[in-house]
Amino acid sequence: MQKDKLYSFLFLLPSIILIGIFVYGFIVWTGFISFTNWNDIFPDFSLVGFRNYIELFQNLRFQISMKNTLVFTFLFLISSLIIGFLLAVLLDQKIRVENIFRNIYLFPMAISFIVTGVVWRWILNPGTSGNPIGLNLIFDKLGLSFLKSGWYTDPKIGIKAVVIAAVWQMSGYVMAMYLAGIRGIPSELFEAAQVDGASTWKVYRYIVVPLLRPITLGAIIILGHISLKIFDLVVAMTGSGAGFSCDVPALFMYDTTFRGNHFAQGACIAIILLLLVGVLIIPYLTYSLRSEVKR
Amino acid sequence: MKRRILALSLVLVLLLTMSSLAQQKGKLEIFSWWTAGGEAEGLQALLDLYQKKYPGVEVINATVAGGAGANAKAVLKTRMLGGDPPDTFQVHAGHELIDTWVKTGFMESLTSLYKQEGWEKVMPKGILDIVTYNKEYWSVPVNIHRANVLWYNKKIFAENNLKPPKTFDEFFKVADALKAKGITPFVIGTKEGWEAAHIFETVLIGKLGSEGYKGLWTGKTKWADPKVTDALETFKKMLTYVNSDHPARTWDEACSLIVDGTGAMTIMGDWAVGYFYAKEFKDFGWALVPENTGIFDALSDSFGLPKGAKNRTNVINFLKLLGSKEGQEAFNLKKGSIPARTDVDKSKFPEYQRSCMNDWLKDKIVPSVMHGAAASEGWVTEYKDVISLFIVRPDVKTTQKALVNVAIKNGVKQ
Repeated sequence: MQKDKLYSFLFLLPSIILIGIFVYGFIVWTGFISFTNWNDIFPDFSLVGFRNYIELFQNLRFQISMKNTLVFTFLFLISSLIIGFLLAVLLDQKIRVENIFRNIYLFPMAISFIVTGVVWRWILNPGTSGNPIGLNLIFDKLGLSFLKSGWYTDPKIGIKAVVIAAVWQMSGYVMAMYLAGIRGIPSELFEAAQVDGASTWKVYRYIVVPLLRPITLGAIIILGHISLKIFDLVVAMTGSGAGFSCDVPALFMYDTTFRGNHFAQGACIAIILLLLVGVLIIPYLTYSLRSEVKR
Repeated sequence: MKRRILALSLVLVLLLTMSSLAQQKGKLEIFSWWTAGGEAEGLQALLDLYQKKYPGVEVINATVAGGAGANAKAVLKTRMLGGDPPDTFQVHAGHELIDTWVKTGFMESLTSLYKQEGWEKVMPKGILDIVTYNKEYWSVPVNIHRANVLWYNKKIFAENNLKPPKTFDEFFKVADALKAKGITPFVIGTKEGWEAAHIFETVLIGKLGSEGYKGLWTGKTKWADPKVTDALETFKKMLTYVNSDHPARTWDEACSLIVDGTGAMTIMGDWAVGYFYAKEFKDFGWALVPENTGIFDALSDSFGLPKGAKNRTNVINFLKLLGSKEGQEAFNLKKGSIPARTDVDKSKFPEYQRSCMNDWLKDKIVPSVMHGAAASEGWVTEYKDVISLFIVRPDVKTTQKALVNVAIKNGVKQ
C-alpha cells in the first residue's frame, strides 16, 4: 500500500512539476507583475500597490469591454443552451437519419474560432447601402430589406453580432451533451409517466429538464469560461469595432501589453479575467468534488 | 578504427576552413510587416539586390501580416525579450525606435557605419534627428512617407467645378456641394482603429501649425489649448460627411470608394498612391490636408542592428545596401515612398513622388504620431483609443480631458 502510493506519486511528479511551474507559477508571476510599475519594454519591478487596478477601472475602454463581455456571456449562454436543448429534443424523436443531422450540428465545433470569425465577418459585412453584400444581399433579394442592418459595424449592435457566430459554433456541442443526457434517462421513468397519463410537455417539464440539471451546469461552466476569455473569434471577426463596441478584455489586454508596452496593466486584466472565471469554476469544482466524495 | 576517425576529422576540418574561405555564408533573417502589394515588392527588390551581391547567404524573409504592423510588433517583442532577436527588423524611426528599443539597451549603435558610408551628408537633418539618441545613430531609414495628404477623385472635382480645399472652411463648402450631388464627400475606414487617429493628427497640424503640433508631444503646447478644442470641433464636423459603413472598412477599402467614384476625398498617408497604381486608377489627385501648407508630416521605416544578432556581418552588409543609392531607389520605386537620401535620381520616379521629393527638401518636417515618430508607443496606443471612441461619441469636452490625462500619464506636464 505504502509502495503503491509512492509509485503513483512518482508517476505524477513530472506533470505536477510542469503544471506547477507553467500554470501556477506563472499565475503567481502575473499577479506579481500586476502590482509593479512595468510600463515599458524593459521590466521595472518597483511595487505600486493597487494603482494599476484603480487606473484600469477608471479606463473607459476597460469599462466598455467589461460590459461587452457580460452582455456577450449572457446572450451566448442563454441562446446556446436553448438552441442546443431544442435541437437535442428534436433529434430524440427517433428520426431516420439521426446520425447525419447529429454530425451536421456538431461539425461547427470542430472548426477553429479563427475560421468561424473570418467566415462570419464576410457573411455579416453590411457593404454599402447601394451595394449590399453577405446576409444583407440575401435579405435584399428576398424582398426583406427592412431586415438589413449594419451588424457588427453598427455601434448599437457590436458584440451582439459576434454572439451569432459564437452560438452557431457552440450550440451543436450543447446539443450533443443534452442528447447524451436524454438518452441516459432510464426508460422506466418515461413509461411510468405515460402510465400516469402525463402529457409530453409535462414529461419534459418534470422529468427531462430536472434530470438534465448536472448537464446544464456543466454546459454553463464550459461555455461560460470560453466566453469570458474569448479572444480569437473577436480578433478574426471584428477587432475592437466602432467605438470599442466589440471590444473584450482579452483584446484590450493584448493591445495594451504588446502595442502599448503596459505590461503591468495587461497583467491586471489577466488577473481580473482569472478571477471572473474562478467565480464560475470554483463553486462547480467544490460541488463536483463533494459529490465524488459522497460516492 | 582510430585511423578512420582521424581521417574523418581531417576532412571535416578541411571542409570547415574551406567554407570560411568562401565569401559571406550563413543566414540573414529580416523581420518586417511588409506582406502585401507594393511593400512586399519593394522588399523583394532589395532582397534580390542583396542576393546578387552575396549569393552565399540564405535570406529568411520573416513577415507577420496585419494591423499596420501591430501584430508583427507583438511577435517581435516576445522574441526580443526572450533573447531570440531577428538579425534585423523593421521599426518606425522616432520614438518607437528610441523609446522602445534604444533607451532599453536592445540595439547596437550604428554611428561608425554612418561615418563610413557618408550618410550624414546625404540624408536631411529632419530624418537624422529622429534616428539619433545620445548623439549616436541607431537605425538606417530606408524610406520616407508623408501622412498629411488629401486624395481626391479628379473627375468628380472637374465635373462639379470644384477645387481641392486649402482651408477647413473651403473643405466644408466643397463637402456640402458634393453632398448635394449625392456623392459621399469624405470617405474613411476605421476598422483597424488607427485610421481615425491618423486623420485627427493632420487636423491637429492644420490647427496648431508645425511648432504647436510638435509641442504637444514635448509639453510646450498644452492639450487643454483652445486650438485643440478647435481641432476636435473641426474633426467632429468632418465626421458628419463620411460614409456610413466606415467601421467595416480598412483604409484601402475606403480608397476603393474613390476609385469607383462614390466618394470624393480621403485623408491618408501616401502609401495610398501604391494602392491607386495597383488598381490602375489614374484619376486621383492630391493636395495637402487643409491648412497643412508647407508642413511635411513624416514617418520613416528603418532597420537597425539588435544586440546579439546571430549573423552580424550579414546584417551590416544589408544595412549598407539599405542606405545605398541603388538600394533606396530599388525599394522606393516599388513601395511608392520617397528615399531618405536626397541625392537619388528623381527622374526615375513617378509624378507624385517627384513632387513629394521637392517638398521634402523645402517643407518643415514634423514627426507623425500615429506612425511612431512623435511619441512613445504607450502614448500612441492610448491616444488612438481616445480618438477611436470620439468617432462614436463625438463629445469634445470629455475627449479633450481624456487627451490631457493621457499626456499627463505619459510624463508630460500640462
